[in-house]
Amino acid sequence: MHFPISNSDISPIYLAVIGFLIGVLGGFFGVGGSFIAGPALRAVGLDWNFAVGTDLAHIVGKSVVAAKRHRALGNVDLKLGLIMAVGTMGGAEVGAQLIQMLKRAGNVNSVVSIVSIAIYVSISSFMIWEAWRTLQYQKKRRPRAKIPGTAAKQDESSFSHRTRAIQGLKIWPMVSLPASGVKAISLWIIILVSFIGGLFSGFLGGGAGYIRMPMLVYVLGIPTHLAVGTDLFEIIISASYGTFSHAIKGNVDILIALVMHTGAAIGAQIGAISTQYFAGPKIRLAFVPLPLIGAAIVIYTLVTGHKL
Amino acid sequence: MARASVTKKEKTNTLRAFLVELAVYAVFVTGYFFLVLHYLSRWLQDLHLNHVKIYALVTIVLIIGQAVLLESVTTWLLRLLRGGRSE
Repeated sequence: MHFPISNSDISPIYLAVIGFLIGVLGGFFGVGGSFIAGPALRAVGLDWNFAVGTDLAHIVGKSVVAAKRHRALGNVDLKLGLIMAVGTMGGAEVGAQLIQMLKRAGNVNSVVSIVSIAIYVSISSFMIWEAWRTLQYQKKRRPRAKIPGTAAKQDESSFSHRTRAIQGLKIWPMVSLPASGVKAISLWIIILVSFIGGLFSGFLGGGAGYIRMPMLVYVLGIPTHLAVGTDLFEIIISASYGTFSHAIKGNVDILIALVMHTGAAIGAQIGAISTQYFAGPKIRLAFVPLPLIGAAIVIYTLVTGHKL
Repeated sequence: MARASVTKKEKTNTLRAFLVELAVYAVFVTGYFFLVLHYLSRWLQDLHLNHVKIYALVTIVLIIGQAVLLESVTTWLLRLLRGGRSE
């Protein structure tokens, strides 16, 4: 199928299947799936600037469906999501401007490829280390009496002492997040976390859930299930802004995004339902191989220069 | 023993419903590709080239509109194929 806006020829079945896979991942892990979508679009010959912008547009649609699901399950902290949207939009604009600079310099494909490989490998390494440590810690502790039906919602992290130290920083103004069980945290820490997420979103595409979701859990101390839902809610706002910004810069092929989203719509529902059957550390451990798959695809296209 | 048999039957039914749902959904989506996207592509290309701000707004409206529409379709299919239960 020919897509005239980006002047590319891509199979719609390939796009729908990729959309379906990242729909499941998004619903389950609360991430936009850009670590798969970006490399998958790049692998069929789309330039990185189009891959980033188009992926952002597709993420908007997917996140609307998944966030609605998570809201119904009580997994969204609206107050936190709205605060984060402010920082994310600022970060997304800075990321989009960096892409424009690289596009003008003529090295957008090589620079974004190298940065994405470094980021994806770092995130996987950190999450495997943390989830493994948490599972070891849980095994060492004496088993406690469990309330039936609460197992899937229990959440612990070996990073908790650092999270408590971050929450203890008294930089005015302080805000409380009762829905997430956070009594007080500096507004500036939330803004900083969301700005970093937005920067990655604008630069590498998607919602940047791969960086924002770990930061919500480890830096802000949000329970994993709430982090998943809140991240998706926040992605709707930030990715809409990112899509608008990239579309004005000529980096969005909406037809590709629409085709990808047809697969994502059904995948997101399946993923969201699945989170009810797994506990926090296991969700995080299952997330580990996904950025590595994205990194492998980028390395392949970078080294060989071939399409898949 | 009887409980295990019921659970296995439930799983088989869920898998069957999911596969039927996927097939029906695929038919919907294929029709959508060829009818809607075919007519939209020229208009969108024109907007992209000549009215980029309107194009940027239209991209967001289209993707959110499609998301809401397809969510209704998938929810309706889930209810229909699982006898009133959506999960």
